[in-house]
Amino acid sequence: MSTYSQKKGFGATLWDFLTTVDHKKIAILYLIAGGFFFLVGGLEAIFIRIQLAVPNNDFVSAGLFNEIITMHGTTMIFLAAMPLVFAFMNAVMPLQIGARDVAFPFVNALGFWLFFFGGVFLNLSWFLGGAPDAGWTSYASLAIASKGHGVDFYLLGLQISGIGTLIGGINFLVTIINMRAPGMTYMRMPLFTWTTFVTSALILFAFPPLTVGLVLMMFDRLFGANFFEVSMGGNTVIWEHLFWIFGHPEVYILILPAFGIFSEIFPIFSRKRLFGYSSMVFATVLIGFLGFMVWAHHMFTTGLGPVANAIFAVATMAIGVPTGIKIFNWLLTMWGGSVKFTTPMHWALAFIPSFLAGGVTGVMLASAAADYQYHDTYFVVAHFHYVIVGGVVFAVFAGTHLYWPKMFGTMLNEVLGKITFWLFFIGFHLTFFIQHFLGLWGMPRRVFTYLPGQGLSASNMVSSVGAAFMGVAVIVMLLNIIITSVKNVKVGNDPWGDGRTLEWSIPSPPPFYNFKQLPLVRGLDAYWLEKMDGKKGMTPAEPLGDIHMPNSSFLPFMMSLGLFIAAFGAMYHVDKEPWALPLMIFGLLVTFGSMFMRSVKDDHGFHIHKEDLIDDDEKGVKA
Amino acid sequence: MHTEEKMTYETWPAAPEKSTLEAKNKFLGFWLFLGGETVLFASLFATYLALKDKVPSTSHALAKDLFELPLTFVATMLLLTSSLTSVYAMYHMKNFAFKKMMVWLGLTVLLGAGFLGLEVYEFNHYVHKFHHTFTSSAFGSAFYTLVGFHGAHVAFGLMWILTIMIRNSKRGLNLYNAPKFYVASLYWHFIDVVWVFIFTVVYLMGMVG
Repeated sequence: MSTYSQKKGFGATLWDFLTTVDHKKIAILYLIAGGFFFLVGGLEAIFIRIQLAVPNNDFVSAGLFNEIITMHGTTMIFLAAMPLVFAFMNAVMPLQIGARDVAFPFVNALGFWLFFFGGVFLNLSWFLGGAPDAGWTSYASLAIASKGHGVDFYLLGLQISGIGTLIGGINFLVTIINMRAPGMTYMRMPLFTWTTFVTSALILFAFPPLTVGLVLMMFDRLFGANFFEVSMGGNTVIWEHLFWIFGHPEVYILILPAFGIFSEIFPIFSRKRLFGYSSMVFATVLIGFLGFMVWAHHMFTTGLGPVANAIFAVATMAIGVPTGIKIFNWLLTMWGGSVKFTTPMHWALAFIPSFLAGGVTGVMLASAAADYQYHDTYFVVAHFHYVIVGGVVFAVFAGTHLYWPKMFGTMLNEVLGKITFWLFFIGFHLTFFIQHFLGLWGMPRRVFTYLPGQGLSASNMVSSVGAAFMGVAVIVMLLNIIITSVKNVKVGNDPWGDGRTLEWSIPSPPPFYNFKQLPLVRGLDAYWLEKMDGKKGMTPAEPLGDIHMPNSSFLPFMMSLGLFIAAFGAMYHVDKEPWALPLMIFGLLVTFGSMFMRSVKDDHGFHIHKEDLIDDDEKGVKA
Repeated sequence: MHTEEKMTYETWPAAPEKSTLEAKNKFLGFWLFLGGETVLFASLFATYLALKDKVPSTSHALAKDLFELPLTFVATMLLLTSSLTSVYAMYHMKNFAFKKMMVWLGLTVLLGAGFLGLEVYEFNHYVHKFHHTFTSSAFGSAFYTLVGFHGAHVAFGLMWILTIMIRNSKRGLNLYNAPKFYVASLYWHFIDVVWVFIFTVVYLMGMVG
């Protein structure tokens, strides 16, 4: 493909990204969009900590504070952590199994645009009359009573982005089941692929309950239904169940890929095979399974009764066992290895004690009787930030540094990377460690201020100072990205030198067809095996031949845009705006019309011819 | 095998719905999607059971006042039969008998449309005779949401099958559209299975009280 390496203008590049179905470009889109929302959510966190830095503060009003905490949680979970994790799944998983793309490239693009428009819709609430203010869990008794359109933005925005996540999950499952390279058996799959697999299964079964919950609340708020209207026979606990049947698997949806990233980092930078590979796989699957059995531990104080509480308490504690297996396996992977302290390894090493602390408080919270004391205090806030930040966010930072060369063909600066690490690591513990004690001393979560002289002032100030450290760390990281991109020093296939899996056997960034010839996989850590046998690359499993590739399409963008428009119509329909209903119908027509187009218009894709592939060789596609 | 290839009865594979990688992916992906749909309907069933007969005052109609066996029995028979006709359609698809497949698919659509018509009549009946509406009680909201979600699935399935029938009416079967017909019929079976549960949980259990 001679057009492939040509320089393009800005307009052409933009159009390319708007219509792309290439998993590597979609990964970049996820990274940019997720990174942007991470900054937005981070800014909200900074506002929270400024408000709480001193007692009786009036930096923001109580109402605005509610909006900020709601949006901080919602943005970070749905619009930052999930897409960032999806970015790495898209960028790396197809390469790790030796596939040329995901199973449904079109659906992959659709998933991204749905997430993107859902996220934009949710955040437009700031400019259109106020953000949602019922907490990220949006409990029905609060949400139904919430005035204005804030909660409607939450419901419709999450509904749209949730559909995107669901189809993304199905896509990854089919890709892993059907599209592994010859010899890539299940028990030879890299751990990150395994965690992607289990995560996708969790997405498939966890998101529909959220969809239903959001639909019910939308019906209540916008169309006069009475699911949560107690005076009409409704029941608000239904929302709590539906939300947490989704919500608890959701935390495993986030943490399992994080485990996967760390399970790649430890072997690479210890130059040793992952210790206990099969027990790691087993633990991953077990965590995924148990993740569905524990949702009611968020509802210990709801009043489900001692029997239900006891069952869910025991199930919750049981998850500590497979997680413990993983911790020991990571430690033993390093044992006796030649450890290199690169930036990703810094994050991985810091992850173990940080995440462990979050796990231990998790077991404390799992004791239903004790939970009555912890419930809705800063102890809970400290716990979930230790697992989400100490686990997921650390993994996202680690993964960004580890996979940056594979995604963009250039290495992030190691010195700046380590500065980012130390600032963030110190800031993180400074912010959240003290919050355990704030909680135990009785500070409730979600309060917008507190009184002086209650022993909470100094600790809150410490916590806020820590947040500033994290803010600076992120700025250093952004600088690093800018400097690296400007310098743009190109690197080879295996920039870390010790890559073990298939993604390190091909150029950085890979050509758009990934593998000229599908590789033959001879065992776990396929590329490492070949290197140890003195070979330079993988042995091909097929002769050089034509490659079938999917066509780009603008339809995913249009389908998502249609829902985005329809959501405005549905929302303002309540205010009896005359244009609302036509707008909703118009938006739905755009979506269904695009679906109709997709169905009616044949899309056979195209072939890259053998001769062009040989041409690429002669021109010397960077090897 | 190339998807655009002109096929004959002799070259038609035994399992045309999964003879190419794209088709295999579609086949598996759709099964997984149905797994997600199952959880979706399970959530709606759970909500319905929690809110069944939950009404604000004694003047509101309850499940035992509303439902009548003859109407839902006819509706059930229509939908079950439509599942059978779609099986015949797929049988002919596998035998490369395009015309026969189209006839059976057409019958499927007709039966599905009949079912939808009955459902519209039924909802209308509840609203006007019993004042049992979407907004009159939690019970009403849960009932219309569960049964309505199913009805919307039926309507979507009808439009889908009609679309691919019209799109492919002139060009017959090939390996590109065979999986499309196949997953549409899978969807249709799924809708049918959901209805069996609605018939049992909503109507039969509703009439028992």
